[in-house]
Amino acid sequence: MIKKRFVLNFPPESGDKPLSYHLVKDYDIRINILKAEVYPGKRGSLLLELQGKKENIEKGVKYLTEQQIICEPLDKRIHFQEDQCIDCGNCTAVCFAGALTMNKNTWKLEFDKNKCVVCELCIPACPLHLFEIDFR
Amino acid sequence: MTKTKTYEEINRKLKEGKAVVLTAEEVAEMAKKASPAEIAEKVDIVTTATFGAMCSSGAIINFGHADPPIRMEKIKLNGVPCYEGLAAVDSYIGATACDPDNQAYGGAHVIQDLLEGKDVVLEAWAKGTDCYPRKHILTKININTINEFTLFNPRNAYQNYNVAVNTTNKIIHTYMGTLLPNMRNATYSTSGELSPLLNDPELRTIGIGTRIFLGGTQGFVVWPGTQFNTTRPKNEFDVPVTNAATIAVIGNLKEMSTNYLRAVYYEKYGVSMFIGIGIPIPILDEDMARRVSVNNNQIETSVLDYGSPGMPRLDQVTYKELQSGYIKVKGKKIRTAPVSSLAKARKIADELKEWLMDGKFEVTKPVHLFPKNTTLNSLKETEAEND
Repeated sequence: MIKKRFVLNFPPESGDKPLSYHLVKDYDIRINILKAEVYPGKRGSLLLELQGKKENIEKGVKYLTEQQIICEPLDKRIHFQEDQCIDCGNCTAVCFAGALTMNKNTWKLEFDKNKCVVCELCIPACPLHLFEIDFR
Repeated sequence: MTKTKTYEEINRKLKEGKAVVLTAEEVAEMAKKASPAEIAEKVDIVTTATFGAMCSSGAIINFGHADPPIRMEKIKLNGVPCYEGLAAVDSYIGATACDPDNQAYGGAHVIQDLLEGKDVVLEAWAKGTDCYPRKHILTKININTINEFTLFNPRNAYQNYNVAVNTTNKIIHTYMGTLLPNMRNATYSTSGELSPLLNDPELRTIGIGTRIFLGGTQGFVVWPGTQFNTTRPKNEFDVPVTNAATIAVIGNLKEMSTNYLRAVYYEKYGVSMFIGIGIPIPILDEDMARRVSVNNNQIETSVLDYGSPGMPRLDQVTYKELQSGYIKVKGKKIRTAPVSSLAKARKIADELKEWLMDGKFEVTKPVHLFPKNTTLNSLKETEAEND
């Protein structure tokens, strides 16, 4: 069993399919919708956590892609300029999901992208503006 | 009482490679087992450091004279306004200065750009005089074309600082970071037991002329910082429990590094600059040994509500609690986050230690000590009219 977060981007024409039903029923994947932005007739974006057997998740992602849905692992959509980070901690103040934390020994920033819920609060909270999230 | 050491004796030991230098965190650890008398015997210097946003910072720049010359009466660097009231081609660029139409780029960014060797656009205007006939100049400058480039910060390295929370039901954006509603987070800003002025609370060794680490090179303390206040309430360990003393510092920007100076922008607040400061504290006697032994359990600070007018004080907590990740304020458990970098502060304390051990740096006896019993005025408004 693995657990992994994906960002899904829907083109305007694919908004009416019961995709989550198929993921659950056909591929035995447990899904958790963490964030959804749906604009009917325009576009839609979803943050999904998929939990299941590795091969089932791979098949599920393939199925989504066949439905003209862009489906990418969340960590590929998060851009963080780590080399510029000064470990000030400002981003950890707003990260209630616990993805951004300070290591209590080194006091360096640790970023577990798989805990991110794309609340996007870190983007303005970082005084060096080192975060970008490509969700839409 | 153990014998006392002089600055000269300590510097001689440094030269002979016999001095014992520890960071303030190392000495706080040592003090768990050793008495102040033993520490005074064994340790010669303790290095302290901080790396945080210090808004009252800026740079003195001399542009050099153009031909024909101009007496600059309005000056902009990359669009950021600089002070124009200093002779013909001297200026001061404040870290927080910015063009109101471009608030995310300010004086601190101009300083950083110059430091990184980038070209910066200088535009200046003047009325034209007999000896300075020119009325306008538009050109590029960089770190090599300008003459003096001096960091001069009127207020840095606060001795302690408060914790910020927000009791309102709306998110607020402050220099203490983003404060979530209903006290869902708390932010704090000093490096605790590693913080310079907390290790010499009576300022016996930090005064005018003290040689310090500033932005990656040698700098100096030149004056008490603005808002210098020595009469804040103190706890049983002589630690002021809120922001108290400050220092004004100076150093040659041309020798500094962006590793220890960094421009920042706080959402809906403005521009500031992270400044790296390290101060070596000579262990002259048992009293100084006791001061530098202070630990995060003994250093307390006030929790203020940044969401309410007048920022009411809600509670008092220790740095041990703050660094644990949670504090309790009025019975409520709140997640904490630092807003200054302890990792960088440690790096500075270590680097300063190396400089001292390598004989590149020495301790300096202050030329003059700071005043005692100072208080602060607030701005009392009285009736006034514009002519």
